[in-house]
Amino acid sequence: MAEVRVTVDGVNYADDVEPRTLLVQYLRERLGKTGTLVGCDTSNCGACTVHLNGQSVKSCSVLAVQADGGEVTTIEGLARDGKLHPMQEAFNECHGLQCGYCTPGMIMAAIDLLGDNPDPDEQEVREGIEGNLCRCTGYQNIVRAVQSAAQKMRPGAAAEQAPAPVAGGGN
Amino acid sequence: MTTTADPTTHEIGNARTRKEDARLITGRTRYTDSITPSGTLYLAVVRSPLAHATITNINAEAARSAPGVFGVYTAADLGAEGIGLPCAWPVTPDQKAPQRPLLAVNTVHFAGEGVAVVVARTAAEAKDAADLVEVDYDPLDPVLDMEAAAADGANLVHPDLGTNVSATWVFDSAEAGTGNSVADAIAAAEADPDQIVVRRRFRQQRLIPAFMEPRSVVVDPTGEQITMWSSTQVPHILRTMTTVTTGIPESKLRVIAPDVGGGFGGKIGVVPEEMLCVLVAQKLGKPVKWTETRSESLLAAHHGRDQIQDITITAKKDGTVTGLDVSLLADMGAYLGLVGPGVPILGAFMFNSIYKIPAYRFTCRNVFTTKTITDAYRGAGRPEATFAIERIMDELANELGRDPLELREQNWISHEEFPFTTVCGLTYDTGNYEAATAKATELFDYAGLRREQEERRRNNDPVQLGIGISTFTEMCGLAPSRVLGSLSYGAGGWEAASIRMLATGKVEVITGASGHGQGHETAFSQIVADQLGVPFEDVEVLHGDTQISPKGLDTYGSRSLVVGGIAIVKAAEKVVAKAKKLAAHLLEANEDDIEFSNGFFSVKGTDKGKAIQELAFAAFMAHDYPEDMEPSLDSDAVFDPENFSFPHGTHLAAIEVDTETGRVKLRHYVCVDDVGTVVNPLIVEGQVHGGLAQGIAQALFEEANYDESGTLVNGTFVDYTLPSAADLPSFTTGVSSNPATSNPLGVKGVGEAGTIASTPAIVNGVIDALRHLGVNEVEMPTTPQRVWRAIQEAQGRSTQETPVDTHSPGAGLGSIDPNNPQGEVQ
Repeated sequence: MAEVRVTVDGVNYADDVEPRTLLVQYLRERLGKTGTLVGCDTSNCGACTVHLNGQSVKSCSVLAVQADGGEVTTIEGLARDGKLHPMQEAFNECHGLQCGYCTPGMIMAAIDLLGDNPDPDEQEVREGIEGNLCRCTGYQNIVRAVQSAAQKMRPGAAAEQAPAPVAGGGN
Repeated sequence: MTTTADPTTHEIGNARTRKEDARLITGRTRYTDSITPSGTLYLAVVRSPLAHATITNINAEAARSAPGVFGVYTAADLGAEGIGLPCAWPVTPDQKAPQRPLLAVNTVHFAGEGVAVVVARTAAEAKDAADLVEVDYDPLDPVLDMEAAAADGANLVHPDLGTNVSATWVFDSAEAGTGNSVADAIAAAEADPDQIVVRRRFRQQRLIPAFMEPRSVVVDPTGEQITMWSSTQVPHILRTMTTVTTGIPESKLRVIAPDVGGGFGGKIGVVPEEMLCVLVAQKLGKPVKWTETRSESLLAAHHGRDQIQDITITAKKDGTVTGLDVSLLADMGAYLGLVGPGVPILGAFMFNSIYKIPAYRFTCRNVFTTKTITDAYRGAGRPEATFAIERIMDELANELGRDPLELREQNWISHEEFPFTTVCGLTYDTGNYEAATAKATELFDYAGLRREQEERRRNNDPVQLGIGISTFTEMCGLAPSRVLGSLSYGAGGWEAASIRMLATGKVEVITGASGHGQGHETAFSQIVADQLGVPFEDVEVLHGDTQISPKGLDTYGSRSLVVGGIAIVKAAEKVVAKAKKLAAHLLEANEDDIEFSNGFFSVKGTDKGKAIQELAFAAFMAHDYPEDMEPSLDSDAVFDPENFSFPHGTHLAAIEVDTETGRVKLRHYVCVDDVGTVVNPLIVEGQVHGGLAQGIAQALFEEANYDESGTLVNGTFVDYTLPSAADLPSFTTGVSSNPATSNPLGVKGVGEAGTIASTPAIVNGVIDALRHLGVNEVEMPTTPQRVWRAIQEAQGRSTQETPVDTHSPGAGLGSIDPNNPQGEVQ
């Protein structure tokens, strides 16, 4: 067993885990963070994408022990004080989801994408979310949602609220 | 395609954002694998690595003594040797249906078939122990090629059956009295210099539905009823079939489809693991969970398509089609799935498509091989039919030197001719192929692109342009029960609905449809809001749990709206009728003088009235109600459709092909679909987008390949290449609406339309780009290697065959560059 201390969606945890435990297994099975989903076993689908220390990671490709001392944000920790993240809102408004299975990972990956590129064109969005598979939407409305969120998250676009948290910036 | 919310407009037609999204975008979800009752044990399946082999020994000693293991079981250990999974579609009276066991008994018939199960305290312990189960096999020859399998003297998958052919199903319009003899049409065409016969062979490759949520089952035997949560499209069918399979009384089973992450037909089956979880949970008296890995899913969940299509079309030299003969071989895999044998038969009625074809014959032989079973995949039979007819129409146009769109128009049913009874005996209620095509060609700039194509050909541009056409129709909204009966389908096609008017005026709608991403909650709420005149937000749609929704036939075949939605309308009409009676009583008026509008029952010519919510409360209180009425507005309805629905559309693809590398680029895609009345334009557009992506993926990207020993070589998402966002363009979609006359809302199905229509549009475009180079056929998926090879061969240069496992674009973990195929000889 190995000890892991980690902050997930603002709560501190200290647990003993089998060294082979994947971060996604730890999140789902130990912490009950079942909003994060598993879609494959080869790190292709991206359903399990979360933010680790401000960067999007596929949590099936990170051992829980590698997250030791880190800060994890999952889809469940994205809304603040009952207010949805602009990316979540955009996915709803643009019909960027159907069955919803890829959605948590897609949203987390898309937020990270905007951290790196706040105003991506269509092709940049398509390439930026290439690591996340969706079988329902044909991606068109996901692309629309990401671009719509980008507009909402522009500095000064939503003066009444603090800037929405993004991952991946400043690297 | 958006409309703004206007309080005075009806909900139908309103592009409402979906009410189900609130949970899905915040992770507040209940997919089956996230459901873990206390004390849950985990099941792992030991699977055969061989396609065909005799099991000579199973040694489970090490696995049994591994940490956390409760048991290792074979079929014999579970007393399940005599149990076979159901096939609900005996397409012919003499259909050969081998027992499909829960776990292989003596012989394995496909790679991935379960041999034993391990049950342990954790999923990891179960999988670790499964690796310790030693199975000895005596290999048998695999049966992989369906044509060879169907030939006399073939190596047999199931020797007891004496043949690999499960059934031969024939429809002949001359025998049915719905048309002429195709044999006569072919003979006449062959003898007449003013006619033409075009024969082609097309291949529908094997596909994998690849829903994003891997299948999962949890069975809890600790209550009075056994509760099964399953990632299924068909909780009601699953309950009935669990009874058929295990003998557990239906009344002792509760099946729940919680959040389900996509299905596309892939979750329509009743699968071994569901039944194994039931048996093991009963045996151990503990909840048992099985969740497949993606690799297991690709290997062992049912596949789709896989047909060889021999098509003969006859026509006069002026372009008038005189006959169509279709001969299919359909690969069932090792056993028959729940509706697998009927999938190609569903296509039988659609090869004639939108065309006036006077003579038609369809013959399909269903064949066993030692591969994973095939069953429904989005479109189920109709994509295959649409592909064949739309490809052969292009071939016919080419042979006659005609514009392919013009040839289609010459033969299609014109809008004045509806309702039109086809050569298969189906009656298409409405449609306007001219209108959809006119709109599509305008959005597409058909004439402009034809000019560009000419220019590129003239300039010998290394990148050639092709225009792909697909003018499709389909039959969906499965289905009139009597028609299903005539096809020997093992169920009806009705759907059930209930409406409960709660005391506080809120409305619960119970549907037997079982959504798994389509947006039922939103669309059905819109329908009920209009029918009852209640706010959209006040409608709660309940589904997917046999205890809440006891009656239903679930979701597949684009049936939820056109059958399930109409059942809801019928239930709402009964609610209104009851409310009217109660209103008349309370308002001391004659029932005939009560008018209902926007949720308000008023006495004609007065300002007296009652809102539907007041009446719901009055019925709940029951202090004052008519003598001849029960104190309730709640109503049930079962709707059995009188006809299928026949959506149609014109799809156009602009395809660029790099003739030096074979790379295909989908530059522009336009479709104009007629899906009748649109309840929610946002949802319809989403369904079209997703459908297009899957149909395009068949044309360009996906194929399940087996090597010569019968091993699936692309059994992960690394090499079974679902398109990513970067692989697809944005689509231009349009609507050309002619309401259906077969149901009160005028709706037609939309879930499968995009998939059915798009595949031939893409392939026709690829070939159209290369036609002047002598290319007449490229098998799907039209990978760069296949396209490049087709160009070389058309130019008389030989190329060397490369192994099957390098055909898929991602095969070999990306180590093979499809733009530089190995081994070519100039």
